Amino acid sequence: MEFKDKQAIYLQIADYICEQILLGKWPPGERIPSVRDLAAMIEVNPNTVMRTYDFLQGKEIIFNKRGIGYSADEKATEKILDYKKERFLATELPEFFKNIYLLGIDINELRTRYEKFVEEMYPLTK
Amino acid sequence: MIRLNQVSFGYSKRNMLFENLDLQLEPGHIYGLLGKNGAGKSSLLRNMAGLLFPLAGKIDVLGYEPQKRLPAFLQDIFFIPEEIYLPSVTVDRYLSLMAPFYPKFDETQFRNYIAELDIPVANKLTGMSYGQKKKVLIAFALSTNTRVLIMDEPTNGLDIPSKSQFRRLVSAALDKDRLVLISTHQVRDLDNLIDAIIILEDSKIMIKHSLDIVAERLCFRELPSIEFDERVLYSEPSLRGYRAVFENSTQEESRVDLEHLFNAVLENPARISKIFA
Repeated sequence: MEFKDKQAIYLQIADYICEQILLGKWPPGERIPSVRDLAAMIEVNPNTVMRTYDFLQGKEIIFNKRGIGYSADEKATEKILDYKKERFLATELPEFFKNIYLLGIDINELRTRYEKFVEEMYPLTK
Repeated sequence: MIRLNQVSFGYSKRNMLFENLDLQLEPGHIYGLLGKNGAGKSSLLRNMAGLLFPLAGKIDVLGYEPQKRLPAFLQDIFFIPEEIYLPSVTVDRYLSLMAPFYPKFDETQFRNYIAELDIPVANKLTGMSYGQKKKVLIAFALSTNTRVLIMDEPTNGLDIPSKSQFRRLVSAALDKDRLVLISTHQVRDLDNLIDAIIILEDSKIMIKHSLDIVAERLCFRELPSIEFDERVLYSEPSLRGYRAVFENSTQEESRVDLEHLFNAVLENPARISKIFA
């Protein structure tokens, strides 16, 4: 697995797991790979993967059934979107704000462009 | 599981490699040991394995004193040295000679590793390339299931696919009762595999912490400028400013860069000691 340079590995693994769930590869209720199996698969220390599973359990995205293993929660999709939104607002948005401030881009221009973008890319949702 | 108490060692009394070293390592972790050439990494590992004896202080491994080389100790520890010497026999013969020394040796496990690592079983060990010999020894070491596994520069000589296999096998071999200690210069080979780091520098242990703790206290990322920034411990110019190591005052979460961490220790030993005291 390719890891990005900047972000903590356990969070990058969390992103990977969320993606598998969102893509429907790991449907709710079905067993997902064990800590050991996933660690070996992505060549990472099992303690790091354990931290990811604890983290996702704290967010109620996955849960652990004793003797069975981990599965995605019934409401995993919703919770992943909440978590991703929270992360976007906390980390990526400030970066974006910084850029538009430094480049002197008007907020109204952004609004026009955003609306045009949605219209072109996602015409059916309009 | 491994405990060093005020351990001193050197090849002559006037020229000590390390003095009054205290170190405590626990099972369930893969420790990475870093240090400059000649810092004494291999000597430290050999002291733990009972191949060299401390000049002063006490070493306790699994409740035994390595120096005494008791059979009960030797059957629960495996050490892969950097330079390896294997007898002129086939893999099968090596197995029948060596496996009986290790009560927890698992032959099926060994056969699986050998197949996965693509080692030609029919050849004599001496007829193999350096990398292949190393892989035989790594496969053997993992199959002994000893509680302590020490490897000195294990990825030296391994080709690109084997390094990836190495990480996979070692990751799968870790369990809560086992301690793995790996020394290396090739920090990139061990990225994400180790969860705790030991840095030996200037006869002292500068850092011995889990990478989680390192990431809590230090931040690793690019900074647009470093002037007047007192948090910075190490920096090097990059395309977007500076790649830096700095004190993590805002609880930022970043990925530990072992190379930069090592450089920060070399450049700012006093401040690093304070941060990790």
